[in-house]
Amino acid sequence: MATDFAFPDSAAKAAGAEQEFAPEKMSLSMGPSHPSTHGVLRLQMELDGEVLTKCDPVVGYLHRGDEKIAENMTYNQFVPYTDRLDYLAPLANNMAYAIAVERLAKLEVPARCQAIRVLTAEMARVSAHLMGLGAFGLDVGAWSVLVHSLNQREHLYKLFEELTGARFTTSYTRIGGVTRDVPDGWLGRVIAFCDQFEPALEETLSLLTRNKIFQDRTVGVGIITKADALAYGLTGPNLRGSGVSLDLRKDKPYSGYEQYEFDVPVGSKGDCYDRYLCRGEEMRQSVRIIRQVVAKFPSGDWYAKDARKIFAPPKDKILTSMEELIQNFMIVTEGPQIPAGEVYFEAENPKGALGFYIVSKGGGVPWRMKIRSPSFCNLSILPKVCVGTMMSDVVTLLGSLDFVMGECDR
Amino acid sequence: MSASVDAITSLKGKFPSVTDRLSSDCPAVNVPTGELIAVLQALRDEQAFDLLSDVTAIDWAEGAAPRFTAVYHLYSTTSHAAIRVTTPCTGDDAAPTVPSVVPLWPGANWHEREAYDMFGIKFEGHPDLRRILMWDGYPYHPLRKEFPLAGIETALPDIEVAEETKAKVIAAPMMGGPFVASAGEMNLTEAEPRAKDESWSERAAKPGA
Repeated sequence: MATDFAFPDSAAKAAGAEQEFAPEKMSLSMGPSHPSTHGVLRLQMELDGEVLTKCDPVVGYLHRGDEKIAENMTYNQFVPYTDRLDYLAPLANNMAYAIAVERLAKLEVPARCQAIRVLTAEMARVSAHLMGLGAFGLDVGAWSVLVHSLNQREHLYKLFEELTGARFTTSYTRIGGVTRDVPDGWLGRVIAFCDQFEPALEETLSLLTRNKIFQDRTVGVGIITKADALAYGLTGPNLRGSGVSLDLRKDKPYSGYEQYEFDVPVGSKGDCYDRYLCRGEEMRQSVRIIRQVVAKFPSGDWYAKDARKIFAPPKDKILTSMEELIQNFMIVTEGPQIPAGEVYFEAENPKGALGFYIVSKGGGVPWRMKIRSPSFCNLSILPKVCVGTMMSDVVTLLGSLDFVMGECDR
Repeated sequence: MSASVDAITSLKGKFPSVTDRLSSDCPAVNVPTGELIAVLQALRDEQAFDLLSDVTAIDWAEGAAPRFTAVYHLYSTTSHAAIRVTTPCTGDDAAPTVPSVVPLWPGANWHEREAYDMFGIKFEGHPDLRRILMWDGYPYHPLRKEFPLAGIETALPDIEVAEETKAKVIAAPMMGGPFVASAGEMNLTEAEPRAKDESWSERAAKPGA
């Protein structure tokens, strides 16, 4: 079938649509608006029948220039932008960003603050994996999983709203602390959520794990070898699904993760089914961590009280004391004062290692901030792993990689 | 952490031109551009830094020497050590150049495309160096310091649509924000909160308009 239209961009050229367009090959553009590309990803594919011979992912449709924006505002002003990276787990992004800047400032936050952050990050992980699972199920034709997972996410959103004031865009951390302490009785409601979630999760997973149709579509499909996964810089469940036991919470503990017991699930084959199993098990482990955090929830300060140039004083002090008023004014207008230096911090987010590389020349504004997004790296393996797969398996593969374009494109 | 310190000690024995770099966290080294590939290969094959976490660049603003620095973050999945390797870009401001590390880590492909897109750095030996986040044919490199935050008016990526609609990609109408105050010894007028990017305001016209 000859084509009578030309793709205007080099993505199409690179996929061989023009020069090497052999008569029996078909060029197909999937996305940027396609239900199974989970956002605005576009795949420029070359097909031989139903088998892919080339695949060129086109990203950038959701590029907002977050790194440029970061260079023009104070550290705290950037927190809301981190919500919009992986918008399925904003609390985990908030935490990763705050820790990166605190490492640069050599600031230790109190144990209670660390515990709050771990707690919220693990709840965010459950919420993100639920969405990933639901969407994956949807991609391979299992509708009911999505309904179950959205139901559970609603419980989580209620808890997030009570804690942070927002359901999605939480902006919960500040450099040197969090915006507010946990409300009275909130921890009890978190445990109540866990109690009803655990059986519900087993029920949801049982819809897929032993499901013959689901297994037929995922087992042995989209295999990523251990060597490939490492060479392409995959992280998170996608890397662990390929058999590499890399979990930054275990290997380079931050925010007090070393106090909690949890297991790191690892796949054996690296196919879509293994990645699914890893995510399912990670949710169980997250609940385990949440229960431990609540059980030994530390008392004390929930923000770095001595960091007078970084964290604003409590509101009642600002309104009654001159010194605190000035301190707050300086932090709001000039930003938290961070010393010169450079830092690279990676946190184990639901999608993989979210890294912030910050170069500071001192003052309240970074000179350069690079966001290393796990979804970006995870997608970069597509041209390699898609070749030779069936068109219908691409949908499965995309679902199993569980990416978020807001984070990929930044 | 000691694994990265050991790695740097043995690296310096092998490559005398490698120097320490100031860092607030993991050990970091400066490498001359010519030895970058050899150093990274030694780190990967002899010191087991098998995961390339990130490749990026820094623009030190016009007039700085070197103006662009390429930054590589390596991680070892066995010793859990991290190391930062940086190298200055050679060539003039219009086309700074560093060798590509795609032959060592295929995963560097997209990172280098991004650095090319954002800074205009040419990665020599890259198999497919084209823009990734901005569209093909976009005329600027947005993360360079001289590029204004608000953006610059440019033509639409699709020529047919542009001719039909006469529309353009316009600079963001945000009047320079967000506003940040400057710290230090200065009078009140200088220190009041203002946008860091003042390429256009009520008085100065939008660039490119």
